[in-house]
Amino acid sequence: MGFLDINNVTKSYGAVEVLHKVDINVEEGEFLVLVGPSGCGKSTLLNMIAGLEGITSGEISIKDRVMNGVHPSKRNIAMVFQSYALYPNMSVGKNITFGLEMHGTPKEEREKALKDVASLLQIDHLLDRKPGQLSGGQRQRVAMGRALVRDPDVFLFDEPLSNLDAKLRVDMRTEIKKLHQNLKTTVVYVTHDQIEAMTLSTRIAVMYDGYVQQLGTPKEIYDTPENVFVATFMGSPAMNVMPATVEMIEGAPHAKISDSEGNHVTLAFAQDNLADWAGKEILLGIRPEAITDPEAADRDSNRIEKLANRVGVTEPSGADTFVTMTLGGKDIIARMRADTTVAAGEMFDFAVNMEKAVAFDPKTEARIKP
Amino acid sequence: MSVASQDNAASVGRVGRTFVYLTLLLFALFYLLPFFIMLVNSLKPLGEITGGNMIALPQDWTIAPWLSAWSTAQIGVEPTGLKPYFWNSIRMVVPAVVICTMIGALNGYVLTKWRFRGDTIVFGLMLFSCFIPFQIVLIPMARILGILEISGTTAGLVLVHVVYGIGFATLYYRNYYAAFPTELVRAAQIDGAGFFQIFYRILLPSSGPITVVCVIWLFTNIWNDFLFGASFASGDAAPMTVALNNLVNSSTGVREYNVHFAGAILAALPTLLVYIVAGRFFVRGLMAGSVKG
Repeated sequence: MGFLDINNVTKSYGAVEVLHKVDINVEEGEFLVLVGPSGCGKSTLLNMIAGLEGITSGEISIKDRVMNGVHPSKRNIAMVFQSYALYPNMSVGKNITFGLEMHGTPKEEREKALKDVASLLQIDHLLDRKPGQLSGGQRQRVAMGRALVRDPDVFLFDEPLSNLDAKLRVDMRTEIKKLHQNLKTTVVYVTHDQIEAMTLSTRIAVMYDGYVQQLGTPKEIYDTPENVFVATFMGSPAMNVMPATVEMIEGAPHAKISDSEGNHVTLAFAQDNLADWAGKEILLGIRPEAITDPEAADRDSNRIEKLANRVGVTEPSGADTFVTMTLGGKDIIARMRADTTVAAGEMFDFAVNMEKAVAFDPKTEARIKP
Repeated sequence: MSVASQDNAASVGRVGRTFVYLTLLLFALFYLLPFFIMLVNSLKPLGEITGGNMIALPQDWTIAPWLSAWSTAQIGVEPTGLKPYFWNSIRMVVPAVVICTMIGALNGYVLTKWRFRGDTIVFGLMLFSCFIPFQIVLIPMARILGILEISGTTAGLVLVHVVYGIGFATLYYRNYYAAFPTELVRAAQIDGAGFFQIFYRILLPSSGPITVVCVIWLFTNIWNDFLFGASFASGDAAPMTVALNNLVNSSTGVREYNVHFAGAILAALPTLLVYIVAGRFFVRGLMAGSVKG
């Protein structure tokens, strides 16, 4: 039993089931991120933890106390909303202490709690203002202050950064991470931004279509995605997925792919059990950063394969140069050093780190595990 | 946008603008003329009116017609002036407006933030009440007032107007609260606020504009109502509008036009005041919710 247990929870609206048997145990102090595209059920799940939506079947418990049917205010949770949901008619100070007031906390304690939170978030000078007079970042802080002041068991964040501009979003992301490191509270955080998920979380639940596709640490999710959806959803640019045939050369499994000229190239797998798939079609997944120029290839890898192919487009982004080529009939992106000498239209010797390659069953789209 | 409109303004030119202003002035005068005539004639002795020129300013300024209309003119059989009936109207309008607005706000809150199965049907039925002609309900309403033993009283009139006003008040508040972020209600729920606490602490303080609209609308309609007043509260409990009618109709020989004019202005004064005091919020409130941001 964890700190926050979600056991076999489903949610239906009428005959339509939007969440199917979700099972997640969150330990105390964990930062769980629910990530997925719109409509995957992540916000619904968060609202169910908060008690804002009913649970159709299954059980949610916090600190071993079953929360089904318990009013949101009695769950000892706090929530930060996407729009911040600050009460427009109240001052910042009132906004933060409203929850305490509703729970009957005496005035002196409220004042003290307010002072602590305000200095923690550096919003002391804003306490008398109305939310309408604050900037986006300041509102965000107030919303977090309102959650912090309650000292809840679980923090729930519903896409809290999506209303901020790009630069502020990165700053606030770091700040949330810092806050979590200092306070060591349990957090459930919903986002559709996979970078937020990777950077903030201790564990990620990737959701799609009402199912948890994969639950694991950011590294597990990134390096060993359970299926093609997780592989392509996480990471930017997305993982390259191309059709390939497994061919045995000198007793070792190789991926046979057609290159930009239509010729067959082979790349030796680092994963031995793919010998079982000899002669069959698979989907080969390679992250862009695993395809580089030979000089930049990972020196710790035992399986760097050479791949000569024609360069399609080069896109310098400053820090890296993205190189697009055709492989297996798909556009494949490679992430190169910024000052690489690759030129569009020419042949180039790419280095592919096959230790990082993953293979998927083309029928089920599930990963073929080593 | 602003550049384009400046261009337009320049191209209309001086002649065009003069024409526009003249037209506007003409219409303004046209609309003000009846009020001007009422005002001017209410300040003349009767002789000047019967003598001919209604549009001329008084030669002999007097406020006697006003005093007469207010406290001594013949209303029906009693020479009481409009004073007691004015207070009748106040006693009718204020409770009716307050009750309607409160119920309407509560209805709007429930219909948008505590949705239930069939809520749109309930709302539709309430809207329907806005469109039922007054004449249709006269007889059933008379019967109900009879059963409740409040027929012919101000309390009865309050009930009638509340019943009619709730539809509109609900419509206003429902549409206003529909644009009110539901996340605020959810945040308040998590903060531990109950049904009425959310209503009083979160929604009502943000309802200024729509409350102004609702109050102006209800006040004007109820104050100006004649049919219900004449049907259900004639005699001592009659509202201002009915008394004004009686003032004009009960002549003791000479028709005192100056008193009638003064009485009519007195009857219109409260609604006029409400518009002047709160009118600038009226348009703002009507627009609220229709345009985001």
